[in-house]
This record gives sequence, structure tokens and C-alpha cells, in this order.
Amino acid sequence: MTAPLLEFKDYSVHFATPEGDVPAVGRLNLSIKPGERLAIVGESGSGKSQTFLGALGLLARNGKTSGEANFEGRNMVGMRAADLDTIRGSAVTMVFQDPMTALNPVLRISRQLTEIVEVHTGATNAEASRQALGMLAKVGIPDPEKRFNVYPHELSGGMRQRVVIAMALLNRPKLLIADEPTTALDVTVQAQILDLFRNLTSELGAALVIITHDMGVVAGIADRVGVMYGGRLVEEAPVDDIFENPQHPYTRALLSSIPRPDRPVSEMQAIPGRPPNLLRLPQGCAFNPRCPARTDLCVTARPELLPMGVGRRSACFNPVGTNVEVAA
Amino acid sequence: MISYALKRLLSTIPVLWIAVTVCFFVLRLAPGGPFDGERPLPPAILKNLAAHYNLDKPLTEQYLIYVGNVLQGDLGPSFINEDFSVTEQLMIGVPYTFTVASLAIILAVIVGVAAGCLGAIYQNKMPDYAIGFVILTGLVLPNFLIAPILQLVFGVKLGWLPVAGWGDGSPRNLVLPVIVLMLPHAARISRLMRGSIIEVMNANYIRTARAKGIGPRLTVMRHAIKPALMPVVSYLGPAAGYLLTGSLVVESVFGLPGIGKYFITAALNRDYGMVLGTVIFYMVLIIILNLVVDITYAFLDPKVRTR
Amino acid sequence: MTALTPRRDDFAADLEAEALTGKARSLTGDALARFLRNKAAMVSVVVLVLLILAALLGPYVLPFDYETPDWSAFRAPPSWESGHYLGTDQNGRDLMARVLHGTRVSLAVALIATLVSVFIGVLYGAVSGYIGGRIDSAMMRFVDIMYALPYILFVILLMVIFGRNVYLLFAAIGALEWLTMARIVRGQTLSIKEREFVEAARAAGQTRFKIIRKHIIPNLAGPVVIYAALTIPEIIATESFLSYLGFGVQEPLTSLGTLIAEGTEVLEILPWLLLGPGFVLVTLLLSLLFIGDGLRDAFDPKDR
Repeated sequence: MTAPLLEFKDYSVHFATPEGDVPAVGRLNLSIKPGERLAIVGESGSGKSQTFLGALGLLARNGKTSGEANFEGRNMVGMRAADLDTIRGSAVTMVFQDPMTALNPVLRISRQLTEIVEVHTGATNAEASRQALGMLAKVGIPDPEKRFNVYPHELSGGMRQRVVIAMALLNRPKLLIADEPTTALDVTVQAQILDLFRNLTSELGAALVIITHDMGVVAGIADRVGVMYGGRLVEEAPVDDIFENPQHPYTRALLSSIPRPDRPVSEMQAIPGRPPNLLRLPQGCAFNPRCPARTDLCVTARPELLPMGVGRRSACFNPVGTNVEVAA
Repeated sequence: MISYALKRLLSTIPVLWIAVTVCFFVLRLAPGGPFDGERPLPPAILKNLAAHYNLDKPLTEQYLIYVGNVLQGDLGPSFINEDFSVTEQLMIGVPYTFTVASLAIILAVIVGVAAGCLGAIYQNKMPDYAIGFVILTGLVLPNFLIAPILQLVFGVKLGWLPVAGWGDGSPRNLVLPVIVLMLPHAARISRLMRGSIIEVMNANYIRTARAKGIGPRLTVMRHAIKPALMPVVSYLGPAAGYLLTGSLVVESVFGLPGIGKYFITAALNRDYGMVLGTVIFYMVLIIILNLVVDITYAFLDPKVRTR
Repeated sequence: MTALTPRRDDFAADLEAEALTGKARSLTGDALARFLRNKAAMVSVVVLVLLILAALLGPYVLPFDYETPDWSAFRAPPSWESGHYLGTDQNGRDLMARVLHGTRVSLAVALIATLVSVFIGVLYGAVSGYIGGRIDSAMMRFVDIMYALPYILFVILLMVIFGRNVYLLFAAIGALEWLTMARIVRGQTLSIKEREFVEAARAAGQTRFKIIRKHIIPNLAGPVVIYAALTIPEIIATESFLSYLGFGVQEPLTSLGTLIAEGTEVLEILPWLLLGPGFVLVTLLLSLLFIGDGLRDAFDPKDR
């Protein structure tokens, strides 16, 4: 068993608000292995982004992390900013959702690309520029020399996202976290961007975490999938298992709510009810108000995330298909 | 960029033209002016006026001549002072006003930006509250209230600084006037800067910068400061206008022989010619300063610069 | 925005919590709650109310009025026993009464000027925004042009030429402030006119002016009130400025600005003549500032 690259142990993220404490992520336990491709799926507010923002020390001012988020054995929770800075941008990089606002509008992209190399490797500007140009070509930007000194607003959304990806790959990271990287893009561009992620990370041998709410993206790129709901991980399984045999009722409902060409529309079902209020989570399972398989136990007790099959975990008292053995 | 500058330049022309035209007609309509023969003016003045305003010619011609004169910098004769025209009087006062006003704006920017940065860095902690309080006083206390108090404290009671007057032009005479003039602007700039920095620090591109691990110094110096300064640059345009109106009080209270003092005296003495001429002068000045600021802002904003 | 207003950075988490609560609070309920939480604003409301009450009720409570000299007490410093709590001036007039009178005048000017600016601004902005197109562009162009001119100087010019009566003062100051109001109103109108009930009214055949009057204008209340509140301190400051220079309120009326001017002349020997009105003016402006800030934060925590 290879040592995990990034391991969350009892990891939580809280926000202090005037209305009270918001537990955005609650007691997460998750391992990410080197080189693997993990998709984290969930609705807005499920905590999927905050998990990784918190690990990298990028939360809003009123956010706090607790527990452990061990990157190569070093706990990033409570780490000093100066130490985090040695990890961020080099070993662990992040690509954000909106390419239109992710780049600084008053700096040329050349500056924004070279600085990440200069700061982490001490390279000269000339050397960093050389590397940046090479990477720009790799991410599919035509005529990189011509575009090197432009400002972000002179590029289209797809181009900007490629620049951001280039930035994230320049220092050969071991882990690349992509937060909804294709959501803000044209459908035609989405597939290209996903290809980029797939190819370039495997070239580097880097692990990839894709945070998304789009199951199509999951199908296209992930090896493993983690499903989050109400700030907790409720299911984790290899990608094929998730699609063919979802265990958690929420996962199943998610999949049923997606239109698919091979299924008649009448089989599509929206999930009844509304996303949970993180200020007032139910005592039992967070999904129980909306769950078709709810029992009395679900209302009072919170199910733990337990192994349920080979390489699978679920947090449910009544998983779909109850003939699945619960591994000891 | 060039096209923006040109467009902006062109748009000031109608503004100036309207302003001058309005002034021309206001003068005509003024009751008790020389044009309706009600108020008896000394003959020497009347002679100047008649010569300058060509009262015997038709209105349109008067107007054109007037505009032509203004373009050449001739703002007409004073209604009270028969020896000096408006322009001549203004020119005497310009250096004084200019010195005090430039010092004030430079100081306001330096102090305001520094205070704003400090407030943002120590957001919602003690230093921020302390600075915020001082800023409040700067914003709220009218300059005509601060001025005499400062005069009393520093001039009379402590004797550190001269109470009023230009004196021999030494810096000591400028300290109090410049401080009084710059306080409200330093306060506003500080507020702007603080808010701007906070807003910028919450922007997505700063999150990207932090995620790149480039460190707090680079994040602030390279990524945050320039966008944060933009609102301050923007403010400098209207600030020019406020500075000029502020200088009216400052020059009166501190007895500085600048344009403001001439203006007030003329206004109180109902010297229409002088008042009108000064208003035109101020307007032209403010419009030009706004133009400069706008073009500078456009230069700094990459989105406009690269068009 | 001052350091004493609610924290901006919590807004991200606030939004998150709000989105997740699923509980839809009404816009004004939310805003009111925020405003009431703002300590500086609440204290200021109390202070302001007290000040206004004092100004209005002063003449009925104080034994002295603002213009009758007290022959027994010329140039008297403030004292408890003599009943001249703020002292008297060179003519033996009670300063407290004069200050309260001046406050009344300043408040009256502010109120009327605000109403004038609101009236002009709302009308201009609503019409411009609703009609749209080239007329809108032209009207806004006009506003832009007016913006560039140093209005105060113009006001002084008008005062010089047309005499210094109080009504002109009201109108002139009101005319100073309508520009921004017009801009705000126009912006709001542009968004309101896209809403369904306006379309319904249009489909029902209502005339443009009727729509403007009945549908657009009532919905402008929120931002208009806030901006009006924000400009009142500016108006009071402007009036004081003009009065100080001698262009504002004239004898026998007095305003805070005039009183300060009078006090400045004798600052060395009769300091209370400056400090009294000065203190009141500052208190007035400060409390209005906090209230205005509080209102703006309450309705729009993220600010401009």
C-alpha cells in the first residue's frame, strides 16, 4: 500500500457567522494516493470546495480548520503561512472555477506565470519565461510568444483557463486540485480542458482532484469518486462502481436526476426537498429528510462512513442493494 | 488609449463652451449690474466696461468677442478695481494658491494611502479603530472650524507657528494652511484606500496569488496595491474641485493672498466682473485637472490602455 | 465606511450560511436587523433625536431668546447660575438660544434642500431611465457636464448677483445635490423597468408618465432614502460653509455657520462663542455620518 499523498483525518472546517457556527466540513476522513484521479461530487454547500481551500489555508477570514490534513506526512492544519507557501504553488497547486476573475487584471500573464517559477525555484526571469512559454504551448495556446505579454482581458475564457492550468503545472506539482474547472466554460471547450487535465497530470505523474457537481465530468476523467453531502463524505468508490452500483441513496438520486440519452426522460427524477441548513443539521443522517430509504434509525443516529465492498465506503444504514456484504 | 484621450479631450470642449456662455448671460441678467444702468459705477470703471464689453454692438457680436477674449485669457475688467483687470489680479494670486494646494494634495495622498493601508492591515483591531477615529474627525470637522482652533492652539497659545499671513514665504507659514486644507482629503483617501484594499484582498485573483505560494509581500506589493490605488486616482479629479473650494476658506482665515481671497473679497463687494472671471478661471482649471486625472486613470487601467 | 461598521469579510460566510439556510428573510427585515446591530448608528440616532428635540423645544424651555440682549451679562462665559449655559456674546445675547436657533435654521435648510434635490433628482432620473435611448443618453450627458463644474462657486455667483435670500439658498443647495440622486435613480429605474409588473402595466396601456408615477417611483424608495440620508450631512456642511463666508443665512436669522464665523473673530477672548456652535455642528455631522454609514451597510453589506 503506497503512502497517501494527502490524507484527511478527522478534518473539519468551521465558519464563525453572526448566526452561529457553520460546520462547512465535518470530521472528514479521506486519503488521496499519488497519481490517482479523484472526483469529489456534491451540490453547492456540500463542503467540497471548502475542504481543499481550508487545507491550503485559503479560507475567508472567519474560517477555521481543525483535525489533520497531512500532505506527505506534514499536517497543513495550523501550519504557518510561510511553511504553507513552500507547498502551495509548487507541490500542491489549485485551479479555480472562474477563469475570468482568477487572473490579476492589471498584470500581464507573463508576469503571473514567471513569478510562480521565480519564487519557488529561484530561477531568473529569462529562465522562467522560457519554461512558461513551453508550458503555454503544452496547454494548447497557439502562438504563445505573441500572447505572452498580454493582459488577461485580451484572452477568451477558455484561453484564460489554459493559462491558469499552465500556472498550476509549471512547478511540476504532485497534487493538482481543480475546483469546478469547466463549469464556467463553453461545452465545446470543456472536453478539451478535461483532456488537458488528464494528459498533463499523467505525464507528470501528479495526482488530480476534480471538484465538480457534473457527473459527466466525473465519468470522463475520474478513477475514484467521493460524494459529499452536508459537509460530510457519504460515499466513496471506484468510478465504475459509482455509476453502475451506487450505494448511498443520495448518490443514486444524483445519478437519477441527470438526463441521459439512453434513458427515457420519464425516468429522470429531481431530488425532493432542499439542501440542508448547515446551521441546523438534523441529528441523524443529514440526508434523511429527503431520503426514500429513511428509517427511524436514520433520523436519530448519524451513520458512519464504513467500508462496504472492495475499495468502497458508504455512510448509510440502508444502502441501496442490501445484499452487499459489509466488510469487517 | 490615444482614441480615449482624444475623445475625452473633445468632450471637454462643449462643457467649457456651455460654462462660458452661461456666465456671459448671467452677467447680462445681473440686476444692479452695469448693463441695466441701475447702479452708478465710477466713470473710470464704466469706461473700462464699455470698452471691453462693446455695449454698443449687437448681442451676438458681443458674445463672440467675449468668447474670443476668454480664449485668449482676457477675463474682462474688474467692477471695483479700475487699475487691474480680472486676469491681472488672478495672476497675482495664482502662485500662492498653487503652492498651498499642491502641497496639500501631495500630503493628502501620502498620509491617506499610508493610513488606509494600516487600517486594512490591522482591520478591526485597535490601530484600525484609532486611525478610523482620527479619520472621522478629519471628515467631519469643517475646515473653517479646524482652522481657527489650530491657529489658537499652535499660533497663539503655543507660539510655534505664525497665526496667519504669507510672511516671507518660509515653510512655517505654510504648515497650518496646508494641514487644514489637506485633512478632509487625507481622510477620504484613507477611507477609500482601506475599503479598496479590503475589497481587493477578497478578490479571486488574490486568492490565486496566495494559492501560488508567492508570499504575503509579493501578493500585496505586486498584486494588490495597483488595483487598490485605482479608486484613489479616480478621487483626485473631484478632489481638485474640493481643494479649490476649500482654499476659499483657508486663504481667508490664514490671510494668504491667493485666488480664493480675491474671490471672496470680490463676492462680498459685489464685484461682478471679478467674481465671474474667477468662476470661469476655476471652472477651466477644474475641467482641465479632471481631464488629466481621467487620462491618467485610463492609462493605468489595462483594459482601456490596450484598446 | 468606518472601522466601526460590521465586518465586510464575513460576507462570504454570511452568504454561504444564507444560501444554505433556505430561509428567505425579507430584504428590509434583514436590513433593519443589521442596522439595529450597528452600535455607532444606534447611539447616533439617539443623539440626533435629542438634538432635534432640543432645537425644536428650546424656545419654550429656555428663559432667553436668541436676539434679546441681556443687559446684565455682556460677554459672559458659560455659567450654571446665571442661566446662560453657553455664555453670551458681545451683544449680551444668550449663546445657547442662538445655537439652538441656528440649529433649527440649519436643519430646516437641510430638510428643504434635501427635498428639493430628491424631487428634482428622482423626477429627472426616473424619466431619463424609463425613456431610455437617446434622450436618456443626452440627459445623462447633461448630468456629466454639470458634475464637472464647481457648483459651490456657481452658487456663490448666484448669491452675489441675485441677492442673498434664504429661499434662493434652499433651492441653490438643493440644486447642488440632485445630480448624484438623478444618477442613482436612473440606475434603479433601468433595472425596475425590466420587471414584470411594469411590463404588465405597459401591456394594459398605461401612459408612460403614469407608469413612472405609479410603479417606478414607489419602488425607488429604498435607495433614495439612503442616499438622501447620506447627503444631509453634506448639505449642512455646505450651508455652514456658505454662511461662514457670509453668503448664506442673513440677519436676523442665524445658522451654525454664521455663529462659527462670529465666534472665530473673538476666539481669543470669548472662546465659547466658537466652541458652542462648533461642538453642536460636529455632533450633528458625526451622528448623521454614522447613521448614513449604518444605513448603507444595512442595505448593502458589501458596499459600493
